[in-house]
Formats: sequence, C-alpha cells, structure tokens
Amino acid sequence: MKQTARIISTYTADVSGVCSALFELGGMSVIHDASGCNSTYNTHDEPRWYDYDSMVFLSGISEMEAIMGDDEKLIQDIISATEQLSPKFVAIAGTPIPMMIGTDFKAIASVIEKQTGIPAFGLATNGMHTYIQGVSMALEALAKKFVINPVEKTKNLSVNLLGVTPLDFSINNSVSHMREILENNQIQVISCWSMGDSLEQLQFAPSASINLVVSYAGLSVAKYLKSKFHMPYLIARPYGKKFTSEIIQEIKNFANTNQVKNPVLFQENRLHDSKIIVIGEGVSSCSLAKALELETGKAVKSVIATEFEQTMLAHDDSIARDESELIPVLKQAEIIIADPLYQPICPESAKFISLGHEGFSGRIYHDLMPDMTDNIDWILSQL
Amino acid sequence: MLKRLGQELDNTNAMVLFKNANFPTPFPSELEYSCSARGCWNIVHTGFLMPEAHEIYVCAAGCLRGVVLTAAEMQASERFSTIEIREENVLEGNMEELLINGVSDILEQLPYKPKAVQIFTSCIHHFIGCDLKLCYQILRKNYPAIDFTDCYMNPIMRKSGLTPDQIMRKQLYSLLHKRSQNNKKINIIGNNIATRKNSELYKLAESAGYEVTEIHDCKNYQDYQDMASASANICYHATAKPAGEMLFEKLNQKLLYLPLNYSYGEIQHYLAIYANYLNIIPPDWSEQIALCENKITQVRNLIGETPIAIDSSATMRPLGLAKFLLEHKFNIFRIYADSFSQEEKQDFYWLQENYPDLQLFAISQIKMRMLPRKSNIKTIAIGQKAAYFLNTPYFINTVENGGFWGFSGIIGMLELLEDAFITEKNTKKLVQIKGLGCGTV
Repeated sequence: MKQTARIISTYTADVSGVCSALFELGGMSVIHDASGCNSTYNTHDEPRWYDYDSMVFLSGISEMEAIMGDDEKLIQDIISATEQLSPKFVAIAGTPIPMMIGTDFKAIASVIEKQTGIPAFGLATNGMHTYIQGVSMALEALAKKFVINPVEKTKNLSVNLLGVTPLDFSINNSVSHMREILENNQIQVISCWSMGDSLEQLQFAPSASINLVVSYAGLSVAKYLKSKFHMPYLIARPYGKKFTSEIIQEIKNFANTNQVKNPVLFQENRLHDSKIIVIGEGVSSCSLAKALELETGKAVKSVIATEFEQTMLAHDDSIARDESELIPVLKQAEIIIADPLYQPICPESAKFISLGHEGFSGRIYHDLMPDMTDNIDWILSQL
Repeated sequence: MLKRLGQELDNTNAMVLFKNANFPTPFPSELEYSCSARGCWNIVHTGFLMPEAHEIYVCAAGCLRGVVLTAAEMQASERFSTIEIREENVLEGNMEELLINGVSDILEQLPYKPKAVQIFTSCIHHFIGCDLKLCYQILRKNYPAIDFTDCYMNPIMRKSGLTPDQIMRKQLYSLLHKRSQNNKKINIIGNNIATRKNSELYKLAESAGYEVTEIHDCKNYQDYQDMASASANICYHATAKPAGEMLFEKLNQKLLYLPLNYSYGEIQHYLAIYANYLNIIPPDWSEQIALCENKITQVRNLIGETPIAIDSSATMRPLGLAKFLLEHKFNIFRIYADSFSQEEKQDFYWLQENYPDLQLFAISQIKMRMLPRKSNIKTIAIGQKAAYFLNTPYFINTVENGGFWGFSGIIGMLELLEDAFITEKNTKKLVQIKGLGCGTV
C-alpha cells in the first residue's frame, strides 16, 4: 500500500468510533488529544451532535504535557468533570501522540475509577485505524464492565443487535425498522448495541437467544458474549426483502436446532464472475452484495475498504484499503455502488450508483443514505 | 428513545460576572467541549486562498478525516490529497521516506500540474523529529517547477510559540518571491474574510492613486506573485501580524498594522498613520462619524431594549464591540468567550468598571454542553456561537467581523444588527456550515 489518496476520503477513525458507540449511554467519553481535534467527531462523525448533548470531551493535551508525560492533569480534569456532570461511566480514548508517548489508558482509568467510584475504562485507540476498531473496542469494554452476570433467558425467541452506530446505519430510521421487522416476525429484540437503548437495557443482553452481528464492529462483543454466556451469533445486515427473510429464517432455524452452521450468512451460495461492485464496510457491503444477488440473479462482488477478515469473504469478494489497491479492482466493473466520494477513482465506463456512508463521507450525503432494511428497489431499478 | 439530556445544572465554572473575571483567561483550563457552530475557517479553507495551489496532508487517519471532508464540503477535493501515517511508520521511523514518496506519488497521479504545493505535516512529525528540511530539499530538487511550502497541522503546539492559525496565515504568503517594488501598490494581508471594498482602507488608498490587492482578488498564481511587488502590507488581524513581519523580513514590504477596533478615536488614529504612509493629508472624518451616529440612532430606535449577546468568533474584538454598543445604549447582556487577546485589555477593564454585572460565558467549558440552550425573550446574537447557545433565530451570521473595518465597518455591523432583528434565520442549518463564506455547501 502506498498510503496515499490523491482524491478520496478517509474513514472515520477509531477514536470517533469509541465516542459514537457510547454516545447514547449516559457516560462521558474523553478523547485524549490536542485542542480542537474533537471537531472532526462533532462535525463529520456524529449526526446526533447538534440535538443531543452526550458528554464527549477533549483533554486538550499540550506539547509540554506530552513531553513531560503529565497524566496527572488529564486525571484531575476528568475527576473534576465527573464532579460537575455525574456520568454513568467514563471512557478514555487515545490518539497518535498518547500512543507515541506510551500513555497507559488502563492505568489512568483505574485511578479515576478508584477516586470517583464511577466505572471507568481506557481504550488504546490511536487514530490510525478505522471506526470499526474503535466501536469494536468500546462495545467489548462496555460488555466486560457492565454485562457480567447471567440473566434469565427469555421464553420467546430473541436477539441482540450488535455493532449499530450511525456511522453505518445513519439516522434514517433503519435501526428502528430493523427492530420492527424482527419483532413482527416474533423475534424479540432485547438490546441494540448501541442505538436506541439505555445502558441498563444493554445489561439484559445475556437473556437473548442469539446475537445478530450487523457490522464487523459488533463481532468482538459477540465473541465476548459467546465465551462468557455461551451465546451463539449470526453475522449479517438485513438488506432487501429476500435476504432479510433469510436472516429471519436462520434465526428461527437456530431456535429449532440450537445450532449455527456457518454464522456468516452472506458468504454461502454466492455467484461468480461479478461485474457489479459494492464498496464499503465489511458486513454491510457483503450483505448488500448477497441481497442484490438474491433479488437479481446477477453476481455482485463486495470490496471491503475497512478492517475485515479474509475468512469471511466469498470467492469474488476482496479487501482493498487505499487508492492504489482499489483502482485495479474497480477497473473491470460495469456497475459500482459506493459512497459518492469514491466516484473520482472509478472508471468512467462504469455506471456509478451513489450510496452514502456516514463513516466515509460524514454528513455530506445524508440524502443518499436511505433505509434499505427490507427494500432495495431503488438500487434494483438501476441495475 | 434518545432525548436531549438538558440537565438542570448551575452554571458555576461556565459563567462569571465581569467584576469577578480574570484577564485574559477567565476560565480554568480543563476538559474541552466543542459546540456545533462551525463558521470559523480552518487551515484547509485558508490554504485554498492561494490560487493554483494543491494541499497535501500527512497525518494519521483520524487527523486526516476532518480536513479531507472540509475539502469535500468545499467541493475542492481535486485540489486536496493525503498521505496516511500508520503505526508501522512510527515504529520504523521512515517518516521522511513516506513523505517524499507519498508527495511524489500524488504529483505523478494528479491530472494537472499545481503551481504550488502546501505540505501539511503533523504533531507526529514534530515528536518523531522528522527531517523536514531534507524532505523539502529533495522535493524542490525533483520538482523544480513547483513551489513547495511547509504548513502545519500540529494543534499540540498551540501553547508553544505561534499557533497553527498564525502559522497558516503566515505560510499563505511564504511563497511570494522577491521582485521590484511598485510604490503605488499595497496589499491587505492575513484575512480569511475579504475586506469590504467600501472600507476606508480601499477608499483612502484609491484617492491617493494606490492599487490595493488582497489574496481573494488573485485569480491565478501570477496574480498571487504580483502581491510581492507591493511596497507595503496592511494587516488588521492580530493573528496575521507574524505574516506581515515575515514579509517585511523577506521582501522588505513595510508592515502597516492597523488593528480592527470600534472606537472613533482609534479609527482616526490608525487612518492618520495610513494617510501618512500614503503621503496625503488625513481627511476630516466628521461626516463619517455623523453617518455612524445616525445609523446608531436608527438601529437603536428599531431594536430598543432587545437583549444582545456577542461571541468571540464574530469579531476579533468582542469586548471592543461590546463597549461601543454599551456606550451607545444598546442592551448588551452577555459575552461568550474563552479568552481575550492583549488588544482587548483596556476594554476588559472598562467593562469591569462600568458594567460589573455583565455576564461572561465560556464557549468550550464542559457545562456548556449541558446548560439549557434557549432564550426566554427575543434575543439577538452577534455571532454563530451566541446564536447556538441562545437558540435564537435572530443573529448576525458572521465570523472575523465579516471583512468590515473602520467607520464603514461600524455602519456595516449596524446594518447586520438591524437585519438580525428583523429577519429570522435557520440557526441549525446555518451555523453548522464550515468556513463561512469560503464556498462550502
């Protein structure tokens, strides 16, 4: 990888992912970075910022504090903030300079927790990974802190939705629609990690029958819940009528058999020799590719531009993380479905279908981020 | 369902009365909040004022994100590229190689040849001790037709010497090459918002046969280079003063520092300095002062006792503006600011003495996140941040004094005040637009 981008955007970083995942839960997220650096999160990564006053703050670390390794100011500032605002928990997330000076976030969190009595956790993000890693770290840390004890299982078939943030789901009603569809199919949604539910509600997660990982960022917490509470998981994002029905059916199959064969629901029975490409986050783009194949019978390739596992790819799918890797992959495409900020590197011969992605273009293309939970007709009509 | 928390908090730590406030930093340094008002320009916006220049940022992904999308929102992505620093680069220490190869790779790929390239390095380069001199030496040797300048996105240095904003305003002019001077040519430098053409700064110069240029007038790189032929630079923004000092050192262009202010006496004082440079007799300004006074009467009769708040993003001299309006019997009830420039010192103490109960609210103190954002009665805000915190649709949507200066500037601000009282604006929509006036959509 050349690590250069002549023209395309970059994904939301890990540290913003932490803040996004914890935004609605009543805690305080502290970004340990220099003054002004929180404006990226507030402006481009957080569509809820104007209307909802979640406690996301910045340490404002200075050159001298970094050189002297002065953690004490950070600790005292956070303690002072907890006294003023009484958060339910404190999360501290790092950025490049704290990484370079070896800031021990776990130790800092431990000191704060001891001194305030407020649960605290430190996350060694460094601004060098995408939001996938940040959301992932935050949800796992949250579970390890607050989801410790078993809860009685629900009598009905039930799920938790894991890996839900506006960075992948925007603010377009898709999260509530996803819940509604599941519940209309007699699948109770116990908790959604983490949009629309309180911290208290998340603590009931172990009562669910199974977890549905709807973005790659939800996988680590799924693995934790599996190891701690023996909860199985499925990986897929509901898109379009047919694939959403398949997901529902797989959840119901689990209820009957108590077994999960392959949790990666978008991987099997995929078609070959695709000329249609979907670019984006792993679970979303693979799920959309699968949904389009089911609806059209045409092969669709997913190109994943964020962190993902090779083992979860179908044969045509690939991972390409920067312009130098993406351009050759896109050369053969006849149709490309992606965020509009990818268009400048797509071949002019390919038809481009704009599908906005908050995690890539931020607030610019909100109008191009429709709820597609059980309806992808607007894309189908263009294929 | 997600709801605004709107906790009932007391405003301790976030508000202080002027009689109890300290100058220049009335609030302690602690965790920071960033409000949704985004009209102030950042280094991307400022850099794009240089025509035919390409910006390249070399940072971690998290730092790139904000600037990439700033350029995208300006619809200027074709003038903007990035090089991403990853963990392995920090561990291997191959920062120079990454920068040189990355810039070269981008230049080879660009569909056009930029006349100038601004390379923005970051906090990481500073801490790792990257040999930037070597990098620029090699790039200049390999691309002799391109002017390279060193720019910085290193906010961690904000308390160490010049701030990133000051450096950017300076580097914007760093590529001017020395040439013979034209004694009838003057520049206005250092402003993000272009100076209004009806300003006395233009009128006086024009009456003396001078040509005045601001970077906003430059259509191409040649026009930009022509700024090097001016004999003097006018600067009225304190953060741009280092730019003027640099140009004096480099090009021997005289610096005329004529700071923005709202006092008839001070304006006349600086115009006298200006007239002296232009080699003309200072005009009698009594007519302009009378015009200001007439406008004041008209606006005051219209808005009466309507409360007015001012924030520090609206003008470089919020206290000077508050003093001027209070002296003219406007109902200024609140200032929003985190700190003040030294130029505000006298105004601060004047307010402390004459209006001790005037409220001073912080902008980035953490409680500002949670305190109710509302106005109980019709309230005018001068500036986006005041409008946001007061949730009022009656506001002056401006930053950096909107390019106003002098008597004409006072009248201009009064006209905006009049309009703010009359016209309701969509606060939520307007204040979230980045870089007011730079073409962001």
